[in-house]
Amino acid sequence: MRQTITEKILARHCGRDRVSPGETIESKVDVLMMHDITSSDVIKLLKREFGNRIHPDLKVVATPDHYVPGKDIASAILYQELKGFVDEQQALGADITAYMVEGGDYGVCHVMLPSKGHVIPGQVIVGGDSHTCTYGALGAFSTGIGTTEAGNVLATGSLWFRVPESFKIDVNGEMPKNVMAKDLFLRVVGDVGVDGCLYQAMEWTGDTIRNMSIDEKMTLTNMAIEAGAKSGIIEPDGKTIEYRRARQAPMTQENWRSWCTDADNLKSDKDATYVNVKEINASGLEPLVAKPHLPSNVTPARELNNIKINQAYIGSCTGGKWEDFVAAGEILKGRKAAKGVRLLVVPSTSDIQDRLVASGLYFTFKNAGAVFSAPTCGACLGGYMGVLAPGEVCISSTNRNFRGRMGHPNSEVYLASPKTVAASAIAGYIIGAKNE
Amino acid sequence: MSRETIRGRVYVVGDNIDTDAIIPARYMSTMDASVLGKHAMEDLDPNQYKIPFLNPDGSCDYKIVIARRNFGCGSSREHAPIALRAAGVEAVVAQTFARIYYRNSVNGGIILPLESTLDLTDVFKTGDEVEIDLRSLPIIQSCVKRQAYPIKPFGPVKDIIEAGGLTAYNKKILGIA
Repeated sequence: MRQTITEKILARHCGRDRVSPGETIESKVDVLMMHDITSSDVIKLLKREFGNRIHPDLKVVATPDHYVPGKDIASAILYQELKGFVDEQQALGADITAYMVEGGDYGVCHVMLPSKGHVIPGQVIVGGDSHTCTYGALGAFSTGIGTTEAGNVLATGSLWFRVPESFKIDVNGEMPKNVMAKDLFLRVVGDVGVDGCLYQAMEWTGDTIRNMSIDEKMTLTNMAIEAGAKSGIIEPDGKTIEYRRARQAPMTQENWRSWCTDADNLKSDKDATYVNVKEINASGLEPLVAKPHLPSNVTPARELNNIKINQAYIGSCTGGKWEDFVAAGEILKGRKAAKGVRLLVVPSTSDIQDRLVASGLYFTFKNAGAVFSAPTCGACLGGYMGVLAPGEVCISSTNRNFRGRMGHPNSEVYLASPKTVAASAIAGYIIGAKNE
Repeated sequence: MSRETIRGRVYVVGDNIDTDAIIPARYMSTMDASVLGKHAMEDLDPNQYKIPFLNPDGSCDYKIVIARRNFGCGSSREHAPIALRAAGVEAVVAQTFARIYYRNSVNGGIILPLESTLDLTDVFKTGDEVEIDLRSLPIIQSCVKRQAYPIKPFGPVKDIIEAGGLTAYNKKILGIA
């Protein structure tokens, strides 16, 4: 039996030639991501149970992002604990890289890790956050884990997995200009449901995917969890290698060459087995919206009739990447958000914030009436910097619209692409981006 | 966590109970179980679930939650099973679980995630007294009608559950006392 890319990666990480879906394996973990609000008990667990010793082969990347800069005293303490842990472990010689607020180079974990070069095709990466599946965009196996698991990964450098079946989504054709990867994902989750890929790996293939930028690919793999998937993955190609080559994370030349060669072999075999295959013609896609209160509650934006909005939010690991702002900026250029609409722009990293200023896009948003915040997950999970009041409606480039997700339980979140969020901000009600 | 029988009242919910409903992110600056337990299931839609999960004083009458599909979908927060356990819940019985919630329940040694083969949300209603029997072939049965329904065996995670969670399991393997 031939293998999928996911099976190949997991087989390598448990020292085997092949693994089969359904079997339980103990996999080596290459990278552990830690952020502020799920790490306090991870740190305590490592100290209490494992003598505070991080496994020597494990790379740790700390990217506090949810409630930083400090949202309140409790979250300031969480940040303080993580910072103390990083300082202590670095002094002990652990392989831990941290992007802290101090120094001004920080941001949302799932954009930070790839953009700083911490994601390499073929790796196994886990993190204390459900959207850790993002890194599959670069051909890594990555998935979200809990606190106890993260503590154990720190100590052992490994974790058990049930090898997932793979669900292939083969996308071909040219996407219309008003359509983004977000619309493509919404189309799929709308079809299969929020548990349609439960325990599975969502593997994206086809011309449309190959032609996508890394930022757009990241939207697809980021949202895998919204279909219940364990991971999302796209086979690496020359563009992936080039993206990684341009990033600064240190790696010896020798290691680098071996990873690049490796990446060429990291493809699913042609006759690999899939639990399901879904084919999509990208040219038939249109702007979509997920209505409250499930990401699968998807409808074409044109079918929504006069849904007035109080807030338009462009940000998060899903919709706050560089190209998300470029796309939204195209729509907003020379225009203004409608009266009564709060337009919030939250760059996911400080590098993106710099680029917004340097490129002049900052003023496109500013002149449209936008308010900027420092990088944070903030309002995406109802934390701060844009939390909704009762009865308020938000159109958002984020990933979840569960009841109460962005604020009061009686507020409503509609999920859409950054372009559709921008178009709706201008209209004052929900409207799909025009195909122009 | 490893128990042979659990007897108590059930709280019945539907599909896709998400982690924001189980424990809203506004309480996520703490991992204090006693605090989290006082807010368990706080954002369930009251129009759909007329009987509140918690009493006005923050206490909870239910030892078992019965759900349909994809229980615990959404965030990776381990706060979710911790909040339910702190409220007094010992097991959640569902047709399927969201995978991170399931793993957190097992690996954290917090609460039993039990998979039923049938939809039990039509069989039981909130407040019913039931018994879960995990000896030999696991079942859940009504304490009144004595009608029993099958629960799937744990499979490969059984060892972790019996050890009391992943930490105890790994420490045993690593030989750490």
